[in-house]
Amino acid sequence: MAQPQMRKPVEYFLDNKKYLHPKLAANYGNWKYHDRPRPGVLHHVAHSGDQVWSVRAGTQRQMDVHTIRLLCDIADKFAEGRVRFTIRSNIEYIVSDEAKVAPLIAELEKNGFPVGGTGNSVSMVAHTQGWLHCDIPGTDASGVVKSMMDALFDDFKNEEMPNRVRLSTSCCEINCGGQADIAVVIQHTKPPKINHDLVANVCERPAVVARCPVAAIRPALVNGKPSLEVDEKKCICCGACYPPCPPMQINDPEHSKLAIWVGGKNSNARSKPTFHKMVAAGLPNNAPRWPEVNAIVKKILDTYKADARPWERMADWIERIGWPRFFEKTGLPFTKYMIDDWRGSRYNLNASAHVRF
Amino acid sequence: MAKQPHATPMLDELEKGPWPSFVTGLKRLAKDKDYVVDLLGHLEHSYETKKGYWKGGTVGVFGYGGGVIPRFTEIKDENGEPRFKDAAEFHTIRIMPAPGMHYDTDTLRKFCDIWDKYGSGLIALHGQSGDIMMQGCTTENVQKAWDEINEMGFDMGGAGPAVRTAMSCVGAARCEQSCYDEALAHQKIINQFLDDIHRPALPYKFKFKFSGCGNDCMNAIQRADMAVIGTWRDNMSTDEALAKQWFAKHGLNELINDVVSMCPTRAIQLKDTKDVRKDAHVSSVAVNDSQSLEIDNKDCVRCMHCINVMTGALGPGKDKGATILVGGHSHLKIGATMGTVVVPFMDLKKEEDYEQMVELAQNIIDFFAENALEHERTGEMIERIGLVNFLEGIGVEIDANMVTNPRMNPYVRTDGWDEEVAKINAKKAAA
Repeated sequence: MAQPQMRKPVEYFLDNKKYLHPKLAANYGNWKYHDRPRPGVLHHVAHSGDQVWSVRAGTQRQMDVHTIRLLCDIADKFAEGRVRFTIRSNIEYIVSDEAKVAPLIAELEKNGFPVGGTGNSVSMVAHTQGWLHCDIPGTDASGVVKSMMDALFDDFKNEEMPNRVRLSTSCCEINCGGQADIAVVIQHTKPPKINHDLVANVCERPAVVARCPVAAIRPALVNGKPSLEVDEKKCICCGACYPPCPPMQINDPEHSKLAIWVGGKNSNARSKPTFHKMVAAGLPNNAPRWPEVNAIVKKILDTYKADARPWERMADWIERIGWPRFFEKTGLPFTKYMIDDWRGSRYNLNASAHVRF
Repeated sequence: MAKQPHATPMLDELEKGPWPSFVTGLKRLAKDKDYVVDLLGHLEHSYETKKGYWKGGTVGVFGYGGGVIPRFTEIKDENGEPRFKDAAEFHTIRIMPAPGMHYDTDTLRKFCDIWDKYGSGLIALHGQSGDIMMQGCTTENVQKAWDEINEMGFDMGGAGPAVRTAMSCVGAARCEQSCYDEALAHQKIINQFLDDIHRPALPYKFKFKFSGCGNDCMNAIQRADMAVIGTWRDNMSTDEALAKQWFAKHGLNELINDVVSMCPTRAIQLKDTKDVRKDAHVSSVAVNDSQSLEIDNKDCVRCMHCINVMTGALGPGKDKGATILVGGHSHLKIGATMGTVVVPFMDLKKEEDYEQMVELAQNIIDFFAENALEHERTGEMIERIGLVNFLEGIGVEIDANMVTNPRMNPYVRTDGWDEEVAKINAKKAAA
């Protein structure tokens, strides 16, 4: 029997010009300055004299088609049928008539989309797929994020932080959510439990051995079958072996905990970009609302808000006050697990007499 | 009307509170779709047991080797049959949005119609990879949905050991800080590497990200194998009217504390206007009748801070282009690494400039494909072989902008020193 005719894909990557709001297309590369007339609104002025107002609203990121159609209806009514999304899943409507800004905001809020996320606000959390779709998740980022954004709702809608605050959440230590001022990341605490019946059939054993950052995995014969074994004294519980070999089950309902990291900064503004640092761990994976995680995130944010100077990002603030005072002010315990012992670790130790009293 | 919903007491808790709820969206879809009824049951089971239950597999579309993320349920009954049988397959299709994630509503509605017809009706805008994530589709429907999406003019994103979907900031479309045409760079790079996106054959993933200035809104330095960060070589631009307007509103304390004192290289000083230096590399702007900001552009590192504070009053210069860094990636396996400068400045003004950037990218990918170990990112490869070997491999000259400081240990064989110095001197003489 003849194979059905398959359609060959058309490979190309598109220009964005036809999707741009007409005023953005007309002033492409020719903007002069911007300001923020109110939280959630950016006002851009072009050298041509054209002006646009961008209204930013939070979304739930994974959206049902009814929600997307509703967002489209709003765009057709107020924003000349164009929208764009930010890297943090906020939607932006661009309007060229200032008179439309207030009614657009009212329409968005009436439909449950908070307007904010600009300037010195806490923007929506960049996050990962979690239990909804990922094959290796330790938690459900969508749920963590929903509970977190409920708690930070006013901080999203207002610009009352010292500088912008960017959050992320990741369902495993691969940290797909990315670096952030505050990041919530799964931290496994026990070595993988190996299903020796499956390893030989499912896993390419040398590849799994090669994945381990600390060379704790070696091939072994278990119950007469080729399998793998883990030197549990060496194992750092990172979970790197799990994606290439699902029988090495790293996720554990009780022992996969959440950790909180602070001070990641993508921007080059002032200091060079920084990676976030671990400041709390061992938090329970307490679905569906993760109250323990939210309490610490809130505490860190409240302390930052009260103590940092204008324009200090989380990392800048901590650089000024020092880590001992960060832990003192937030009430978080500084434990031995926060003293780096990975490669290059001594660069993270204090090699000076710089001590604040 | 769909079948009876499963009880979801835990997910119901995520309908509470003011932030938009993805659970409410799923429940709305579940009114019409048995598929989503079972998806909610599946997800509730994860919440109850605190584990994920999707395993990968092999699902694709005709002509491509990647871009579909296959998911099969692992929640089985005693006979090995899926317990949530209508959601036994939940594949995702990654689709590349246009640069800057701009849409017209026609396009979004068409995506909705296609996904309503063939998929779960759940679309993530966007995944951390920068893709439109069409989430939840049966094996049977993947090809049908893809054919219609591709007919709309959209192509599939990357997955696995391939060039991945790229990301670019809003940039020139709506930002005065944009230093090059981010969307053009993005488009040219992706069109160059379509084959490497759709037919995974690299040692591991390779990501491009494009940010129009040092604010790096795309997190490119932290996350991209090749980060293109807008910058400029000449003096910062200034606008006296906007500077005076800013000063009138914010005053001297903010000017000192938030602008002058926060410059990381102390390149800005507040001076009496009559004392401002007239050097060619100095920018200055009056903030009131007697005082001016004086910026020594030789000391400025283009960090963007003062421009962020005094938008419009201060701005990038006119001789624009990009700094290119290579080797950013997240933790696994050696720990997170930032990108390293490999091109301090690349002109990005004319069409040929963009071709030159594409050529550099091609050289880097070729070298990566030849020299990286399996599952090794560029940052890890550079750490293993050293930056100098990498630069020689891609044909890029060394530059002191590539280091924070010169080496701090003597463990290097320097018997080629005289030849190196002679080469550098010869080049200086030829310039």
